[in-house]
Amino acid sequence: MHPGMHPGSEAVTTKGWWKAHQWLLLRRVSQLGILALFLLGPLAGIWIVKGNIASSLTLDVLPLTDPYLALQMLLTGHGMEATALIGAAIVLVSYLLLGGRVYCAWVCPINIVTDAAAWLHQRLGIKRTAQFARHSRYWILGLTLLLALVTGTLAWELVNPVTIVYRGLIFGMGLAWVLLLAIFLFDLFVSRRGWCSHLCPVGAFYSLPGHFSLLRVSAVERNKCNDCMDCFTVCPEPQVIRPALKGASMGNGPVIMSGNCTNCGRCIDVCSKDVFRFDHRFDNSTSKPIAQKTEVMP
Amino acid sequence: MTTKGTGRTRRGFLVDMARTACGVALLGAGVGLYSRQAASLPAEALRPPGALDEADFLGACVRCGLCVRDCPYDTLKLSALGDNVANGTPYFIARDIPCEMCPDIPCIKACPTGALDHALTDIDAARMGLAVVIDQESCIAFHGLRCEVCFNVCPVRGKAITLDMLHNPRSGKHALFIPVVHSDACTGCGKCEKSCILDEAAIKVLPAKLAKGLLGRHYRLGWKEKEAAGGSLVTPDEEHSYTLPEGMRYDYEGRGLIRDEPAGQGPYSDNPLETLKRGREGL
Repeated sequence: MHPGMHPGSEAVTTKGWWKAHQWLLLRRVSQLGILALFLLGPLAGIWIVKGNIASSLTLDVLPLTDPYLALQMLLTGHGMEATALIGAAIVLVSYLLLGGRVYCAWVCPINIVTDAAAWLHQRLGIKRTAQFARHSRYWILGLTLLLALVTGTLAWELVNPVTIVYRGLIFGMGLAWVLLLAIFLFDLFVSRRGWCSHLCPVGAFYSLPGHFSLLRVSAVERNKCNDCMDCFTVCPEPQVIRPALKGASMGNGPVIMSGNCTNCGRCIDVCSKDVFRFDHRFDNSTSKPIAQKTEVMP
Repeated sequence: MTTKGTGRTRRGFLVDMARTACGVALLGAGVGLYSRQAASLPAEALRPPGALDEADFLGACVRCGLCVRDCPYDTLKLSALGDNVANGTPYFIARDIPCEMCPDIPCIKACPTGALDHALTDIDAARMGLAVVIDQESCIAFHGLRCEVCFNVCPVRGKAITLDMLHNPRSGKHALFIPVVHSDACTGCGKCEKSCILDEAAIKVLPAKLAKGLLGRHYRLGWKEKEAAGGSLVTPDEEHSYTLPEGMRYDYEGRGLIRDEPAGQGPYSDNPLETLKRGREGL
């Protein structure tokens, strides 16, 4: 990245603005579209989806339930109705196909807020913020499950900003905007990408199926990488890129295999060399890019 | 927090772990204590029909709002952050919008988790709370005025609320029609509280645990036991004998003190006119 330029500006120059923002825009369309589907009922009386992100019913037939909530509920000792179990299974299978933390990047409304905070953080050039260990989220995930077991209630749901905000948008905000503002300011001034990438137990939960999921970002053209570092700068979980992008010498394939990749596709957007694209986990042989390399540069 | 590369010592690792664990434990203590606080449901907030006991309900309700969506009367609402009901859980305030007791109970059908018990199929068996005539000072029935609105709006009419007729000691000649709630039939729908004509309802639906007393388990009501057994279960009472003047007797549990006087032998004649004219015969 050249001085005075922002991450992705090189991609904008070479690929054009739309191409350099296409996955970002698609994500926003997805996040807002899903929210709009929920809001269409209460605001316009068109009932396609009822409920909220915790559990919903689409077109009166398709039940969906947050498997993280279902797990907590099992730990409280409550035997669920089949509807919730089926709904949780459908969601889990979907995320096994699409990528666990697709939830974070393509569904969760908090992501818009934390992305905005990270963007502003970058623009304001704030350098020093506190850093939590990335494994903190797994400790918090463990804590939420322990709380369910010990208190016999869904204790985390009393403070979980993800579900509180989503519910607030659909059923009435109350003071939920306070949480939203708190997370924005926390990410902006206290800890860069602190909530989504270090603390949030919902993301931590979805990273678990994410380890096994099918759809993945792959650095197929990693031999073209010019080390501009734009992908590392925009990525909410930059640690997931290195093994794939820079791991050829260690025998790693080009597919990003970490469960914490949110499949947001922002790296695809900002790369002026088109190193990345969406792929599946089995397209991960180490030989291919090298073979291409010999073809490109004989 | 983590150090890059291999320069990570065992001490550093343990300190990192301890730091995270302590931070998370602190968070856990906060959330855990808050969850205890949040479990205290205000008495005026009623859960939908079929809701499990509050402690179980808070572990079973995912706060999805599907019951709220399927409530045809907008009775149910989801608690928003900052309300005094555990946030995201459904409730209703009887004085605002009571439960209309739909026979098909759509809220229960909508519940994906069973926090509203799907075993409840008869809405008359729902127990959302128990109505209590909580202020006898302001309920106008106790002043001898006819109202009976709670009695008349009750969906389980004549069973959940009955009117007990009592003597009105103020006027000496009228009756009091006192509303009395029966817990074996009251569903806690709140229609009575909603329609109470007072500025502040004198009949209110409370959680059953606040509204109900419980007779000691060892209590036996003698007359009921006797009736059920068809006779006294202990040594029969001896016949009461009273030491009374001649010509008097006492009818226990009946007419009370009775003066046995042959007709015409008392101080008064059978003909009341003679009594009236007594002493004035010469006039």
